[in-house]
Amino acid sequence: MDNFFAQLPQQIINGLTLGAVYALIALGYSMVYGILQLLNFAHGDVFMIGAFIGFGIMSAMLSTSAPSVIIIALMIVAAMIGCGVLGVVIERFAYRPLRNAPRIAPLISALGVSFFLQNVIQLTLSARFRTYQTAQLIPGSIGVDLGTARLSGVRALVIIVAFLLMFLLQYLVRRSKLGRAMRAVATDKDAAAMMGVDVDRVIMATFFVGSALAGAAGVLNGLVFFRIWHFMGFNAGLKGFTAAVVGGIGNVPGAMFGGFFLGFAETFAVGFLSPTFKDVIAFVVLIAVLLIRPRGLLGARLVQKV
Amino acid sequence: MNGHDKSATPLLRLTDVNTYYGQIHILQDVNLEVYPGELVCLLGGNASGKSTTLKTILGLVTPASGTVEFAGEEVQHRSTSYRIERGMAVVPENRRIFADMSVDENLQMGAYLRNDKAEIEQDRERVLELFPRLRERLNQLGGTLSGGEQQMLAMGRALMSRPRLILMDEPSMGLAPLLVEQNFQIIREINEQGTTIFMVEQNANMALSIADRGYVLQTGRIVLEDVAENLLQNEQLRKAYLGR
Repeated sequence: MDNFFAQLPQQIINGLTLGAVYALIALGYSMVYGILQLLNFAHGDVFMIGAFIGFGIMSAMLSTSAPSVIIIALMIVAAMIGCGVLGVVIERFAYRPLRNAPRIAPLISALGVSFFLQNVIQLTLSARFRTYQTAQLIPGSIGVDLGTARLSGVRALVIIVAFLLMFLLQYLVRRSKLGRAMRAVATDKDAAAMMGVDVDRVIMATFFVGSALAGAAGVLNGLVFFRIWHFMGFNAGLKGFTAAVVGGIGNVPGAMFGGFFLGFAETFAVGFLSPTFKDVIAFVVLIAVLLIRPRGLLGARLVQKV
Repeated sequence: MNGHDKSATPLLRLTDVNTYYGQIHILQDVNLEVYPGELVCLLGGNASGKSTTLKTILGLVTPASGTVEFAGEEVQHRSTSYRIERGMAVVPENRRIFADMSVDENLQMGAYLRNDKAEIEQDRERVLELFPRLRERLNQLGGTLSGGEQQMLAMGRALMSRPRLILMDEPSMGLAPLLVEQNFQIIREINEQGTTIFMVEQNANMALSIADRGYVLQTGRIVLEDVAENLLQNEQLRKAYLGR
């Protein structure tokens, strides 16, 4: 028991870090589902592309004398823009032509995009693992000692950036005109069109924002866990999907909550049981939530009067 | 207001409109006109093509042939959002309130294409004066309103775009008789304040009691067209729709 309490603070920090990455991935999943009822199975691979964009920028800039802050900011911004554009392109060519097709068709199309992106990276950059040179950007000596735990500089960065992005997203969705249009389209596309909303553009914007968050997650994940490869999106996508469903798919705060819930569950399983249980826990959580609350933990919908 | 100035250009004009759903010929050579300031109703039973006419006007379906002119401009190939921007607004069938958004946000959605903040605020005040009930419910979610309140919200939302023409799809549907009457009084009031209204309605008696003119649609064709008083007296229509 002493051991448990000694470890707890560090596990909380680790859970927050992993949860932040999951939450950012889950958001894109959830937003796209909310607006199109489409499970975008290529979303994990967009995350992977973000990791590679960040890696490319880092490799190119480490040899220059640019300060770390600039390099990291550029990595994140480039990955977000690159992935955002990629998301829009995917929507335009893989999903929009199938908008009125049976629901299974865009699902298959999503799997196709997923394989396509994996294979493009494998063919052009090979199937080797690459390693983020995080130590050269943020020396391990940076960090805060908190009794038995240590909040390293990179973990602090991941948590801060993730919270900042989630805050901005929440502002966008709740307060801006675009956010209002997104919610309107998610509720009733025809009615939104009748208000003058250009539904296609709102869908594009949703893909841009969701994919940009996945891109940022790709860079943050690389910075804190180092290893990246072309197939990393599969597992990340499953976890993001699980987090989205656990929180209540289609629901923005739900995706954030689900991400952190899953992050903590996995971290505690690794820390207090055994690392072998990491993935088992994620899917046990998924099954348990589906059995007990099929709409997700925050997915309670109000009863609508008709 | 009665009749209209025939020399004026119609605000809305459908000329020889034919609309299909797949192979099925829904609207057949439909011609109709709505002049500025009028309240015109389109009557007809189930599956007569009323809703399709409205969808064609709005651009939710494209006619196979014929023209839809709005304010002198052909719009049959324009997007819905373009037509809304040009001054159409809709009170859709079943109201289509955004259930997960507050009453206030629903009203803001009505002003989606406008950027004149100060004037939007003025119109919001006007709508809230017209429907005091909405002011009480401003921060409540749209989905929690009663049917009558949702109808008010749908009308308020349409007014928020400061439209030249409001299209109403079955405003009496699903409302208690007392509410229907109140509702039609408000529609008339809105019309008297200067907004042109084109209304699709099954409740012919009610609609004709406030309308200037009416058209009767039967299996996709316009079979009757007259001023409201004459239609109310019309034997054929009485037998077919008024039920007495």
